[in-house]
Amino acid sequence: MGKERILRPIKRIHGGMFLPHLKNTADTESVVMPPPNEVRIPMLQHIGAPAEPAVKVGDKVFVGTLIGKAAGRVSASVHSSVSGTVKAIEQITSGGRDIACAVIESDGLMEKDPSLKPFTVQTAEDIAAAAAECGLVGLGGAGFPTSVKLSVKDSNIDTLIINGAECEPYITSDYRECIENYNDVINGVYLLKEKLGVKRVIICIESNKEKAITKLYTVATDERDTDDTVKLMQLPTSYPQGAEKVIIYSATGRFVPAGKLPSDVGCIVMNITSVATLYRFISTGMPLVSKRITVDGTAVKEPKNVIVPIGTKISDLLDFAGGIKDDAAEIIMGGPMMGVDVCDKDAVIEKRNNAVTVMSERVKEPETGPCIHCGRCAGVCPMKLYPSMVDAALNHGAFDKLKNMNINYCMECGSCSFVCPAKRPLTQVMRLAKSELRRKA
Amino acid sequence: MREILSVSSSPHIRHHETTCGIMTDVVIALMPSAVFGCILFGFKAAAVLITCVVVAVLSEYVWDKALKKPNSVKDMSAVVTGLLLGMNLPSAIPLWQAAIGSVFAIIVVKQMFGGIGCNFANPAIAARIMLLVSFPASMTRFMEPISDTVSSATPLLYAGGEKSFVHPFKTLFFGMHAGSIGETSAFLLLVGALYLIVRRIISPVIPACFIGTVALLSLISGENPVISVFGGGLILGAVFMATDYTTSPASLLGKAIFGVGCGIVTFVIRKFGALTEGVSYAILLMNILVPYIDRFTLSKPFGYIKPGKEKAE
Repeated sequence: MGKERILRPIKRIHGGMFLPHLKNTADTESVVMPPPNEVRIPMLQHIGAPAEPAVKVGDKVFVGTLIGKAAGRVSASVHSSVSGTVKAIEQITSGGRDIACAVIESDGLMEKDPSLKPFTVQTAEDIAAAAAECGLVGLGGAGFPTSVKLSVKDSNIDTLIINGAECEPYITSDYRECIENYNDVINGVYLLKEKLGVKRVIICIESNKEKAITKLYTVATDERDTDDTVKLMQLPTSYPQGAEKVIIYSATGRFVPAGKLPSDVGCIVMNITSVATLYRFISTGMPLVSKRITVDGTAVKEPKNVIVPIGTKISDLLDFAGGIKDDAAEIIMGGPMMGVDVCDKDAVIEKRNNAVTVMSERVKEPETGPCIHCGRCAGVCPMKLYPSMVDAALNHGAFDKLKNMNINYCMECGSCSFVCPAKRPLTQVMRLAKSELRRKA
Repeated sequence: MREILSVSSSPHIRHHETTCGIMTDVVIALMPSAVFGCILFGFKAAAVLITCVVVAVLSEYVWDKALKKPNSVKDMSAVVTGLLLGMNLPSAIPLWQAAIGSVFAIIVVKQMFGGIGCNFANPAIAARIMLLVSFPASMTRFMEPISDTVSSATPLLYAGGEKSFVHPFKTLFFGMHAGSIGETSAFLLLVGALYLIVRRIISPVIPACFIGTVALLSLISGENPVISVFGGGLILGAVFMATDYTTSPASLLGKAIFGVGCGIVTFVIRKFGALTEGVSYAILLMNILVPYIDRFTLSKPFGYIKPGKEKAE
């Protein structure tokens, strides 16, 4: 007990770098967005198979009503985020696939579905079932269905890692979750620990989020923790600290071999907001229907965290958050390092989103120069790869060389592009090399 | 807000550091000893430095124009090459010879192999060796500091200890002795090195291994390590030339091997060769070996398992 509870990282990963934190929204209370006139809820907001629509046009739905049923082993249910009427079931193109999308006209009342009731959890299977009912996916950004993650049966699993690193610039949604809903976080942690039967739980938070650490520390030190198995760990603030393999290495010293899963080294990693959301579902029965989104970036007038109904159009969200400046040129789903640009202001907020970053037109970027072999890309790569050599091999079309460069270890964290003094698009090169290799194979 | 959004691949932010910025930092780090060299050896030294820089930049510009390539002068690398070459020359060298050196460095060593990032050897080093081979007389005619008298040699000649003449440590360290324009003041060169290390432009591994190896070997063989380290071009070479990104290995282990290798070759040339100075030959030789060092020292990725091992499981 006592000071013992805040741990130091076991191992420090190769590479990593210091990014500007830009956590402008860290100290502002989140605001709840009123329901927009219309939400468009895609059936695929996760990795895996899309859900099957469970409502017809004209159906009356409430907040929390099931509108998409998980289809297949790796899939997640989808719930209505507003009360109102289903106006249409449309086909939209998302990520190159045709996805059904429920268009719901809101009646503005936000009535809760009367059938929602707290979920009783007795066993580990019940936890996985709860995650499935909740429609929970990895809220850190990956969007992997949590129920699948939690139903892995492996007696070797001894550690639950709660990922609150949040290493991207701007984003503070997990941080605000720790501050505003710390009880849900801690209760969720204890519940998971008890039901999953893990030996220890490590809550990992970066050192620049001191308030979150202090907050959770005071709450966590209570009588439930008799055997002292829930620990907080203060990780160094370095990018990409929150990547799954990186955080496992920092927290336990174990490394996940290529092509293996965290469960293979006895770990389960869950995002801190996922844990809180799961607890809220179990205690109230309200599935995942809204998400705290950090709205920030150089072109946002008033950076803030907004609790947004899922399926809200980005343009509605930005209007509510105070609008964007005239020089806005780029809307990014997610943070500036790994986020994906949207080409359409009508794109909607999904479960796995945690930020909308709007950037001004870039200050004229220096043109790309030749590689000077400074080694910075290799120096920051958390996977110890050599992006500059991949770049050269790709340019020369040396595919036999590419094969031996372990390109599939790359998680596209963007560090190599970020540091490159010649401004070479190295992360893009890695993606290209991956797809080239797939094509040739 | 405009209706057309720009869409690009992540990451959407970049570090502010540029190639030009790195090169400028190197120039800044070289400045103290360059200015000191001009004070020490007078107007002639300044003329040599300016000639080298101007000719290097002009060569780069003319090459780009002639081959209709994008203008690469603005990345500052030609300035670094010219300045480094000038600092490696004695102040008494005829200016036309210095100019030939600059042209050789930029055109033959750098641009003919593909320009910045593609050269197999450090252009300044290669040009210095070319001049040494072509004009041995003027390349070894060193001036005494502040005066106009020709010195017999740099302090390095006395490292063997056979001759009685020994410079006091202070003279050596602060650079009040004969030598090339930019190599004399170990103190100012180390200030520059510190600047580059603090700004994270270079890693201290290569200079430390290089200088350490020379000092250790001199000590073992009974030479005066102080003169070996501070008397010649070792510090200039180890800090500013051996650390050239393009011509040094990528991994930490590779850098260490490279540094130690440079040290050994330098020592062997100085001790057993006919030349008093061996730094530039050592660096050139090791430059050529870099691809081989790289091949054997590149680190394996995080979480790597040998392909064969995985199947055995």
